[in-house]
Amino acid sequence: MYLTNDEEHALNGEYGNTLATAYRVLVAIGESTDAERLIPIEWAHVSGVNYNTIGDAGLSFLEEIDQKVKVKTSLNPMGFDPNRPYMVREEFKERQMRIVNAYRNMGVEMTLSCIPYEIFPIPKDNAYASIAESNAAVYVNSFLNILTNKESAISALASALSGKAPYSLLRIEELRKPDTRIILNTELMNELDYGLLGYFAGKHAKNSVSIPSLPKEIWNKKALSAGLGTSGSCCMVTDEDSGEIIEYSKRDAEELKGELSNGNDSNIIVFGSPQLGSHDIKRLASSIRGKKFKKRCMIFCARKAYEYVRSDIERLEKAGAEIYSDCCACLTPLIDSQDSVVTNSIKAAYYLKTWNKAKVVLKSMEEIVSSECHDS
Amino acid sequence: MIVEARSIVRGSAEGYTLVSSKPINFLAMLDLNGRIIDEKHELYNENIAGKILVFPNSIGSSVGAYTIYNLKRHNTAPKAMICKEADITTASGCAIANIPLLDRPKCRLEDLKGRVIINNSIIMLQI
Repeated sequence: MYLTNDEEHALNGEYGNTLATAYRVLVAIGESTDAERLIPIEWAHVSGVNYNTIGDAGLSFLEEIDQKVKVKTSLNPMGFDPNRPYMVREEFKERQMRIVNAYRNMGVEMTLSCIPYEIFPIPKDNAYASIAESNAAVYVNSFLNILTNKESAISALASALSGKAPYSLLRIEELRKPDTRIILNTELMNELDYGLLGYFAGKHAKNSVSIPSLPKEIWNKKALSAGLGTSGSCCMVTDEDSGEIIEYSKRDAEELKGELSNGNDSNIIVFGSPQLGSHDIKRLASSIRGKKFKKRCMIFCARKAYEYVRSDIERLEKAGAEIYSDCCACLTPLIDSQDSVVTNSIKAAYYLKTWNKAKVVLKSMEEIVSSECHDS
Repeated sequence: MIVEARSIVRGSAEGYTLVSSKPINFLAMLDLNGRIIDEKHELYNENIAGKILVFPNSIGSSVGAYTIYNLKRHNTAPKAMICKEADITTASGCAIANIPLLDRPKCRLEDLKGRVIINNSIIMLQI
């Protein structure tokens, strides 16, 4: 990969250790994705915030960074909600806040959200970005025409600190053409169906996948993006008619549902992953009207959405839901192996099952409301 | 036997390979001891610590790069990694953890079973 003189100086440590490390990362990912050069980006979204996932090694790595970010940078959720700190160990809270402070010191915006596309000022069409959170990377590539690869926590941070990213893969217009085209032999009725389709597509497509028509509703777009981001490397959905054909049937959907769930009964309802935005909250609140949750219900939403649709939030709280912001269902320390969860999120199901070792049942939002609620 | 590959993170290493035909999700499938905890994975219960890990590519969470770094700090990381096609998570994780990473070896991944010596882009397979 070609580097300018200035980039060479940075790589060789002339601007300090932090930038040298950032450029070492950019060179490695540039080489691996066959980039010819680096290009400036306008936006970075950084993951690697939750103490549960990055641990003490991640914390000390971040605390050693002595530079500010060069482009506007949004931040993924952390491990708990500071306004609902119950059942979280003191040590966890202390280290979690040190991680958040390390990002604050770098000049990262405290969005603490995996849905920056709903709550953060997004650059104009065709802007280059470096987005680490997989659902967000898929979403902005597919629905907002922003160009990003599926970055890692470390590579997005390297881009934030340098203001650059490799010109490769989905940042190159011609490479956004779908490599795989899915023919649907089943109907997509709800967000769970879109999530399963995304999960299926991620197992087969490499960089970009075609489906017959893109969903209009934001919850279906989010479910599709999150499912796709969970199972593979593919980072874009389009309706452009191209790519190697593969069929998707009801049987495929049932098989994947079986792979992602392992329970029959549940003691917790989980909504979120991705976090709910204001549209999701309004939709859930209107379907819950006059009902109460039969069991514990945890809703993970973006802080901005929580503040924006207060009356809907209050209705959900009256129905018995606990609302969490700044954190998400994925990789949360709030759910463990003793729990059995019912959720409409493919991403939550995958991580709760494999990482938290919880039991998981998958149902659509509509099914959850009809089976897990009673009239109040 | 000498196999050429492409060097993504330069370095040298020597040891026994652990070969997976399936992708690896660093965040979801590993514990801090380097053990594969996903029951459905073909390397279930195997330990990647101190091995030369050979696999097609990584999948899943963007935080997987920190998992690679975490393993290194716990002395439970692989000595080197060889991918079919190195992805961004693996490349960036290896770059900060200083773990030699190669990809596109000019052979099938399953041919790399055994003891190997790695030097930048060269894999020496000892029979």
